[in-house]
Amino acid sequence: MSDLAAPAANLRATPFVRALRNRMGDIALAVSSGAAILIVLVILAVILGDVVIHGASRLSPRFFFTAPEQGMTEGGIFPALFGTVAMVLLMTLAVVPVGVATAVYLHEYASPRSWLTRTVRIAVSNLAGVPSIVFGLFGLGFFVQFVGAGMDRVFHGGQRVWGQPALLWAALTMAVLTLPVVIVATEEALRAVPRDLREASLALGATQFQTVYRVVLPQAVPGILTGTILAISRGAGEVAPILFTGVAYFLPTLPRSLHDQFMHLGNHIYVLSTQSPDVDATKPLLYGTVLVLLILTFVLNLAAVVVRSRMRRRLMGVA
Amino acid sequence: MSAAAVPSPVKMKLAVRDLEVFYGPKRGLAPVTIDLPEKNVTALIGPSGCGKSTFLRSLNRMNELIASCRVRGDVRLDGEPIYGPGIDPVVVRRRIGMVFQRSNPFPKSIFENVAYGLRIGGINDRSEIAGRVERALGQAALWEEVKERLQDNALGLSGGQQQRLCIARALAVEPEVLLMDEPASALDPIATTHIEELIDELSKDYTVVIVTHNMQQAARVSDWTAFFYMGELVEFDRTNNIFTKPSKSKTEDYITGRFG
Repeated sequence: MSDLAAPAANLRATPFVRALRNRMGDIALAVSSGAAILIVLVILAVILGDVVIHGASRLSPRFFFTAPEQGMTEGGIFPALFGTVAMVLLMTLAVVPVGVATAVYLHEYASPRSWLTRTVRIAVSNLAGVPSIVFGLFGLGFFVQFVGAGMDRVFHGGQRVWGQPALLWAALTMAVLTLPVVIVATEEALRAVPRDLREASLALGATQFQTVYRVVLPQAVPGILTGTILAISRGAGEVAPILFTGVAYFLPTLPRSLHDQFMHLGNHIYVLSTQSPDVDATKPLLYGTVLVLLILTFVLNLAAVVVRSRMRRRLMGVA
Repeated sequence: MSAAAVPSPVKMKLAVRDLEVFYGPKRGLAPVTIDLPEKNVTALIGPSGCGKSTFLRSLNRMNELIASCRVRGDVRLDGEPIYGPGIDPVVVRRRIGMVFQRSNPFPKSIFENVAYGLRIGGINDRSEIAGRVERALGQAALWEEVKERLQDNALGLSGGQQQRLCIARALAVEPEVLLMDEPASALDPIATTHIEELIDELSKDYTVVIVTHNMQQAARVSDWTAFFYMGELVEFDRTNNIFTKPSKSKTEDYITGRFG
C-alpha cells in the first residue's frame, strides 16, 4: 500500500511545477506567433487600405478605357492594361507547352539518376533564383540582339524590324522567367498521380506515351492550371524583365504587331511615380493604377484556387 | 527446384525457365522453372515477401517499370520468348492482362474504363466498342449492376464493384492470360465470393494466375498451386496434392499454419 502511495504523491507534486513551466512556454509561443501574424496583417491592411481608399474613387469605365492624357495627369490606363494582357497571353502560349513538356520529360521519361536529368533540375531551380533584372538583360542580349537582329539580317536585309525591343521579345523573356513555376507545379502534379493508375494503363498494353497522354496528364491538369495561373500573376506583376525588351514609357497607339512596343501596368506605375511633370495631379491616377494591378493579380490567384478545387472535385467523382 | 511433371493432356500456356529477378544487387527471386497449364487456374501462395508477386509481375514484364529491377531467364508464351530481343512489352501486356491488389479504376466513366484498352489498341468503331464493353462487363458479372449508369464515374462504385470493373477492363482487350495479384484481399467476404466465382468462370476461357495470401481461397479457386518461400519456388503441383499430401515439409508447415 505504502509502496504505491509514495510515488503517487511524487506524481502529483513535481508535474505541477513542470506543467506550469510548460504552459508558460505555450503561452509565450502563442503570444509571439500571434504578434507576428498581427504585424503581417496590419502591414497588409495598411497597404491595401491606403490603396483602396485613394484608388477606388478613380475606378470608372473611363479610367479603364481611355489612354493617359495631359502628360499623364489625366485620362486612363487602357494602353497599359491592353499591353499587360497581350504580353501575358503571349507569355502563357510560350511557357505552358515548354514547361509542361519539360516536366513530363523529367518526371515520366528521364531516368532520375542520369546526369542530364540532374543538370536540367539544377538549372531549373537556379533559374528560379535568378534576379529578374538579369532576365531582362538576357532577353535584350538573346532575343532582341541575337534572335531579332539575326531575323532582320536574314529576312529584311538588315532593316530593323525584329531587332528592337518588342511585345514578342518581352513575352518570351517573361516566359523564361516563369518557366520554373510551370515546371515545378507540373512535376508536383505528375508526382501526385497514383502509381496504380499508370500501372493499370500499362498493364492494358498502353504505351508510355498513351499512358502519359490519356491517364497521367488529365489527372495533372488542375496542378498544371494552378502553375499556369501563378506564372500569369507573376508575369503580370514583374517589370524588370521587360524593361529592356519591349515596354514603352508612353505610346500614342496600341501595339499592332508582335514587333511593336507596348505599355504595361507595372511599368506605368513606375513611370507615373517617377516621371510625372506634376506629382500631385498624377497621384490619384497612380493609386488607381496600383489598385487595378493588385486586383488583377488577386483575381488571378483566386482563379487558381477555384480552378484547382473544382477540377480536383471533378476528378474525384464528387461533383 | 524443378517443375513438377504435368500430365500430357494439359497444354502449357506459359513455360518459365530459370527466371531470376534482382532488385539492384539483391536477388528477389531465385531461378524458377515452371510450366503453367492453359485454361487452368494456378495459385501462387507463400508468406509476404516470398517472391510470388515478383514472379507474377515478371510474367507480363511489369517488373521492368521499377528502375532497379533486372530480370534474367526465359518466359515463353505459347513458345514465344516474351523477353526475347525485339519483343515489345506493350504487345506482351496485351496478351497477358493483369488485375491488381488494390482496385485502380481510372477516374473516368464506367464505360470509358472498360473501353480504354480498346481505344488505345486502335479500335475506334463505336458499336464494336459498345459491344465489347458490354461483353466484358458481363464476363465480370457487373453488367446487370451498372448497365443503367455506364456514364457515371467509376469511383462511385463500391470496392467490390470497382475490382470487378478492373477485371472487366482487363478482359475487354481479350488477353489470353490473366494475372491477378491478390484481387480480393481488400474486399469484404461477399465481394470476395463474387470474385472467386468469377475466377472459376473465367478459367473456361483464360489461363489464370492468381497470387493469394488466403490458403482457403487458393484451395477453392485453383487447379494448380505453387508455393514460394524466401524468394524460391518450393513446390508446384495439383492444388489437391499440395493441400493433402505435399512432398516438401516446408509446404506442409506453411499449409498447416506452422509459420507464415
